[in-house]
Amino acid sequence: MTLKIKNPGLATSIQDLGRPGYFHLGIPMGGAMDRFALRCANMLVGNPEDAACLEAVFMGPEIEFTADAVVAVTGAHLPPKVDGEPRDCWSSFEVKKGQTLSFEFLKAGARAYIAVSGGIDTPPALGSRSTYPIGALGGVDGRAIAAGDDLPIGSGKGTPGKSVPEALRRGPATPAALRVLPGLYWDRLTEKAQNGFFDDEWKVAPEADRMGYRFRGGRKLEFVDREQPFGAGADPSNIVDGCYSYGSIQVPGGTEPIVLHRDAVSGGGYFTLGAIISADMDLIGQLQPHTPVKFVRVDMDEAAAARKARKDMLAEVRAALG
Amino acid sequence: MKTRYTYGGDEHIYVEMDDEMSLDAFFKSLSMSNAVRAANIDGVTEICPANASFQVRFDPDVIAPADMLARVKELESKAETAEKRMTTRIIEIPVFYQDPWTHDCVMRFRERHQDPSGTDLDYAARINGYDSAEAFIEAHHSQPWFVSMVGFVAGLPFLYQLVERDKQLEVPKYLSPRTDTPKQTVGYGGCFSCIYSVRGAGGYQMFGITPMPIYDPEQKMNYLKDFMVFFKPGDIVKWKPIDRAEYDSILKQVEDNTYVPRIAEVEFDLEAFNADMAGTNAKLMEALNDA
Repeated sequence: MTLKIKNPGLATSIQDLGRPGYFHLGIPMGGAMDRFALRCANMLVGNPEDAACLEAVFMGPEIEFTADAVVAVTGAHLPPKVDGEPRDCWSSFEVKKGQTLSFEFLKAGARAYIAVSGGIDTPPALGSRSTYPIGALGGVDGRAIAAGDDLPIGSGKGTPGKSVPEALRRGPATPAALRVLPGLYWDRLTEKAQNGFFDDEWKVAPEADRMGYRFRGGRKLEFVDREQPFGAGADPSNIVDGCYSYGSIQVPGGTEPIVLHRDAVSGGGYFTLGAIISADMDLIGQLQPHTPVKFVRVDMDEAAAARKARKDMLAEVRAALG
Repeated sequence: MKTRYTYGGDEHIYVEMDDEMSLDAFFKSLSMSNAVRAANIDGVTEICPANASFQVRFDPDVIAPADMLARVKELESKAETAEKRMTTRIIEIPVFYQDPWTHDCVMRFRERHQDPSGTDLDYAARINGYDSAEAFIEAHHSQPWFVSMVGFVAGLPFLYQLVERDKQLEVPKYLSPRTDTPKQTVGYGGCFSCIYSVRGAGGYQMFGITPMPIYDPEQKMNYLKDFMVFFKPGDIVKWKPIDRAEYDSILKQVEDNTYVPRIAEVEFDLEAFNADMAGTNAKLMEALNDA
């Protein structure tokens, strides 16, 4: 069977859990920005947790089904409709051959995951179907989906009527709190700037995508005086080009923090002050532009506890969906 | 040179061999990242060497961050005793300097540049003490370069020139990054040259363009059949200045898939290089004559 794309939405792309192993060549892991939501969507329709889904940003696509299938939509609150009839988020439902799946306007969050029983079966590139448009890898010929595309679906059998319990549906909070482990080039900042970064309220800037999320509104960060090392460049925010961590926070010129996400550039010449802890990376993918955000300082023990809490939550979903 | 260890969140260890660029720092970082790879530590998912640093990504559910850090630190002594020598290759990369396409891009993003009234090349020539863009271009291509990092985006090489510190060319990055850079632009930032493997955002100064693709996700180019990324750390590059006619001719060969880059196998020994840079470089470049 295939999915006929009548309207692709805004920037709907095929994503799975990504292609780790090529970051040393500048090819990022990619994959769902909200991995928890993608796993839940797949579980709901009886797919392996890493099957490829559609990641819709801000706006849903319109899709005609060429065969019966079971579908689930998780992540952002983007209510689905089948031939115009409303369906629940975080729950599996049937779409019959010839019916059209479409969506209401976005109510909350930023990215919805649309899983179809059997999973999207486009050709993998470097072990993943995730779309990485800059490197023309995965997706449909290396790009996001477009009107007229006919997406192949694998064979699978889902059960309609399954639902992720309300308490386990993780949505974004406002204002959002993103936990940060200081490190990397943290010591480049003056103590005043270090404190200011955590004291100030920031807002998600319109420049927020799979590569990185930019933030505005806090005070400019000041650097510890030094003679710039050879090869770094003259600006105090410059370093000799090095690797970037996923979730690392760079602040070019000290003005606007950028958090690198799943399609991160693998390295560059800007200092980084630390990184968002792994447990909070999914949350970033659900932040809309202009959302107020506080960065919260944590240590490694707190990062480990948060990671464990996320793992436990996923285990609870697995148990609930059996 | 003092090694600095730090965490990048709860999934990365970042090791900086030195805060300034040198081939010694590069070799130490490469040796140590190789030692981490050879140690085959459970939970390691990515090992990324950079110019004077490297990064290890790991799964903290498999190995605790503190244990991972301890394992990496243990390997530093191995890197210190590693030979600073490698069998590698020298590749001739044709460059059309002052080409119309990067020039057009240079002009489109003038307001983001340090010197909006000139071009990137005029600016780079002036701040490096050269009389003209032509003299600067000569300095850029007369001596070979060393690929000290691959990354930023898919397959982009960072190159460090094999000359004395006082002959190194240095330029700042754009004041604010551009949203566009033509594919295969030859760029410059800090002490590094680069080739933009794909079209996209960029902050390096733009000097010219190469007709030779260095990234092919479809793996159709005859020299990219085995893998989609052309460069790896340790490769040596000699820029060859070309004019429009030669650019067009190579582009035609690329389209017909008959273009074959000139490549020769060479030895690079850091101590020999440090003892006699001009002699080592002459030998490296001579190897291309037989390619």
